[in-house]
Amino acid sequence: MSIDKEDVQKIAHLARLALAEEGVDQYQQSLSSILALVGEMQSVDTDGVEPLSNPLEMTQRLREDVVTEENRRKDFLANAPESEAGLFLVPKVID
Amino acid sequence: MNWEVVIGLEIHTQLTTKSKLFSGAAVGFGAEPNTQTTLVDLGMPGALPVFNKEALRMAVMFGHSINAEIGMTSVFARKNYFYPDLPKGYQTSQMDHPIVGKGYLDVTLEDGTTSRIGITRAHLEEDAGKSLHEDFQGMTGIDLNRSSTPLLEIVSEPDIRSAKEAVAYVKMIHSIVTYLGICDGNMAEGSMRCDINISLRPKGQEEYGTRTEIKNVNSFRFIEKAIYTEIERQADILEDGGRIIQETRLYDPEKNETRSMRSKEDANDYRYFPCPDLLPIILTQEYVDGIKATLPELPSQKAERFQSEHKLSEYDANVLSSSRAMADYFEDTNKVVQDAKLSANWVMGELSKLLNQEQLEIQDSPVNASALGELLARVKDNTINGKTAKDVLQSMWNGEGSADEIIEAKGLKQVTDTGAIEAMIQTILDANATQVEQYRSADEDKQKKMIGFFVGQVMKASQGKANPSVVNPILARMLKG
Amino acid sequence: MYEQSISTLAQQLRNKDISSVELTNLFLKRITDLDPALNSFITVSSDIALAQAAQADALLQSGQGSSLTGIPIAHKDLFCTQGTLTTCGSKMLNNFIPPYESTVTSRIQQAGAVMLGKTNMDEFAMGSSNENSYYGAVKNPWNLETVPGGSSGGSAAAIAAGLAVAATGTDTGGSIRQPASFCGITGLKPTYGRVSRFGMIAYASSLDQAGPMAKSAEDCAHLMQAMSGFDEKDSTSSETPNDDYLSNINTPLTGLKIGLPKEYFGDGLDSNVADIIMAAVKEFEKLGATVKEVSLPNLQLSIPSYYVIAPSEASSNLSRFDGVRFGHRCDNPKDLLDMYMRSRSEGFGTEVQKRIMVGTYALSEGYYDAYYLKAQKIRRLIKQDFVNALNEVDVIMGPVAPTTAFGLGSKTSDPVAMYLEDIYTLSVNLAGIPAMSVPAGFANNMPVGLQIMGNYFAEAKLLNIAHQYQQHTDWHLQTPTMAKGA
Repeated sequence: MSIDKEDVQKIAHLARLALAEEGVDQYQQSLSSILALVGEMQSVDTDGVEPLSNPLEMTQRLREDVVTEENRRKDFLANAPESEAGLFLVPKVID
Repeated sequence: MNWEVVIGLEIHTQLTTKSKLFSGAAVGFGAEPNTQTTLVDLGMPGALPVFNKEALRMAVMFGHSINAEIGMTSVFARKNYFYPDLPKGYQTSQMDHPIVGKGYLDVTLEDGTTSRIGITRAHLEEDAGKSLHEDFQGMTGIDLNRSSTPLLEIVSEPDIRSAKEAVAYVKMIHSIVTYLGICDGNMAEGSMRCDINISLRPKGQEEYGTRTEIKNVNSFRFIEKAIYTEIERQADILEDGGRIIQETRLYDPEKNETRSMRSKEDANDYRYFPCPDLLPIILTQEYVDGIKATLPELPSQKAERFQSEHKLSEYDANVLSSSRAMADYFEDTNKVVQDAKLSANWVMGELSKLLNQEQLEIQDSPVNASALGELLARVKDNTINGKTAKDVLQSMWNGEGSADEIIEAKGLKQVTDTGAIEAMIQTILDANATQVEQYRSADEDKQKKMIGFFVGQVMKASQGKANPSVVNPILARMLKG
Repeated sequence: MYEQSISTLAQQLRNKDISSVELTNLFLKRITDLDPALNSFITVSSDIALAQAAQADALLQSGQGSSLTGIPIAHKDLFCTQGTLTTCGSKMLNNFIPPYESTVTSRIQQAGAVMLGKTNMDEFAMGSSNENSYYGAVKNPWNLETVPGGSSGGSAAAIAAGLAVAATGTDTGGSIRQPASFCGITGLKPTYGRVSRFGMIAYASSLDQAGPMAKSAEDCAHLMQAMSGFDEKDSTSSETPNDDYLSNINTPLTGLKIGLPKEYFGDGLDSNVADIIMAAVKEFEKLGATVKEVSLPNLQLSIPSYYVIAPSEASSNLSRFDGVRFGHRCDNPKDLLDMYMRSRSEGFGTEVQKRIMVGTYALSEGYYDAYYLKAQKIRRLIKQDFVNALNEVDVIMGPVAPTTAFGLGSKTSDPVAMYLEDIYTLSVNLAGIPAMSVPAGFANNMPVGLQIMGNYFAEAKLLNIAHQYQQHTDWHLQTPTMAKGA
């Protein structure tokens, strides 16, 4: 399975990564070699095999519906690159 | 061309849990920005979700109410996309294994026709935060209080064929979730929001036309209007030989039009996969049955009971059962009056009129159900007549006291003393000798028309307090002479 | 002093032969003297360490405290530590001060241990050489020209050089065991779900597991006593009762059934490494164990399966680093998209971006079934291999890595070659079983680790086996020359 430059650009956009022009070539190369590596799986017969997403196959625990947390806005905003009036600020969002 | 409208609805209902879907933060509308958030809701590095038990119970209750298969194994999946009010860069939702599977609702329209609307699924998911576009140095502010608030998204089949049917369906969902107490139903605050998928196809054609999705419509009226305008827009395009573009649109109630939301069109590829921080929810039959046993009486069941037990018409029964608050109000009123027809007429008539005038919900009525019941009891026992009762209700509404207090204070009791009424009539007959003569010489038909004059005079003289059922026979007898 | 075990130090602290403040100062001095050559710490938290040491001394004075009270240790820099910079080896988090404490560090703190600082690591735990750190590569104390392994390379190097008594690490595909092997220390990757992931910055959620790294199995047991066990804040945390990791550590190994998977001894394994592993197995036979060959037929598939699952989960886990609420934001973003794109590509290093790209691709429309779902199915085959093998034997032994520590920069150009290095460790994470790396000798003058893999929740058994081996060997007591310099 190889991957072209357009794919690389599309994936980079989905992942919100800005690739430099020369980066696209590098990524195309290394992604292709990684995809070739993982492509080894395709020859394996997995008919009837259930996918395994949690190694212990445990089930979800349920939390009681109680409010356990207090307002810690000040602490939480402390790491924000930009904030004002209790809000995280980002460049203008246009709907 | 004769177009058929095809509509499917996705309704997001906010569940009334105390804490969030995946964290112990409080859920609530209108708090100061970012004061109801935790590490989890903010997507802090290393924070992990733990699932709220109550949200599960509520979802299963809903499943039972729409005759649905309950997902005995349901799985949370991540829906990946970037948006500033989506802190983790993914929304935790359900994809392949929703908590509620296929179900249906039978929806009755005002004209009495009933249609069955299929429900594809209902799944649990977390809400996003809010972007505030007021000017903060030209930037957008992000408030994450709503982040991770539990939502149940109810997805219908494309079974809806008109705006009216769509509204009737949404109203029915609204009444079910509020009956169950799993959603406060407050559409203005966004507790219930509706995405409308809509397409047109030539009548008789099997395959669907290209659809558009109108996002986040949040009132019954807007749903209806948005559908009408979108049908018109699509029909215009198709009639002109154009093509509909599959896209997300926004309804603008001020201009009554829908417009394209280009920002949401950004090559959506959500890359769903099972959330590795959460595990499959496995239900036991015992749990599912246990919840079924706790279901309250649902609107359709209540409407049937109102017809059989209270002998109400189908229409009255449907109107009264459409909201749990109204049904409860009616039943509480009737408990006092013991006259279902009278109670129904007043709840649906005079009371609803007053509520509408002041845009109040029935649960916020200044006159409560038992107070109205006491008033109607005075109508039933002829203490006052219906016309006076309307005035008394207005006074009660204004906070002047109970029905009996107002009747007493204003001296509104009907005069039922036959002696007093006879005396009053005699005075009137004496004062109107000419009319009495005319009456006596007229034929029966004419007399029927003329008697109204005398009744009016009696009412005027008694300031409306004479009981008509006492007045009429006496008047008829005395006029005969 | 720096070479002493936790048990010995705990005794000395109790006997007042030394105070925790003195011990802490000793380690802080060693860090000052030796770490410039190693770069094993990103943050040294002297003030906190000395304050905690003073507290520990007060506690010990009153006859209280656990075996960890007053013991100076270090934390891998992906555990959130409230008020202390937590970078995850990334520029993205080079200003991130967590507003909360991870469960692991909090429990270790509760036990009275002293936090010397936060150790260097491959960025977001992605790497097997510790060369992918924004804060610079870590050097192997046994040979400063070689890598310490990764991603917990800082923790491994710090322990080997005697800069901390013990440390925490995390292991997603070998990140505790491989650096332990390369640096000649002991490390345990517990069963998935045994140690809470709350407050651990996630790489691949279904594979990540924190564990102890120390000189000996016994020291690891001390750390496990504190750090492991159910945590209601982590949905994937197991409610299986915690074992006492110390009480059976001296059980004799008579009758122990060891399985040697033939797939672990095939092409690609350095013959010197192979000899050392076989010598170690002989040692176990002397201790009463029996050995038989077992098979893990799908071993090869663990590489593709892992390199789909881990990047897929990572691509989603790392989406939260968007420059909005914490972490790096680019200068003067011209709009929202620009903020996302530049903040992320400036904040993440090459390997992280590569894995995000791979994961994004594997999950994208049209490829999900062929990659992600396929990898999850293969994951089940791999788990089943271990279940089958562990029905026949008590533990499985083999090498941790095909070679000893390789030269700095020798493999950075070829990602696939680097990925192939993980062949013996990845499958353990996919299956979720516990495994250890135990020093077993030297090849080419560099340490070699023996890997011991056990059944689910068999950590106590693994520690017992490793401890018995260490009672009869002294590989874990060797110290690199550079450590003796100070």
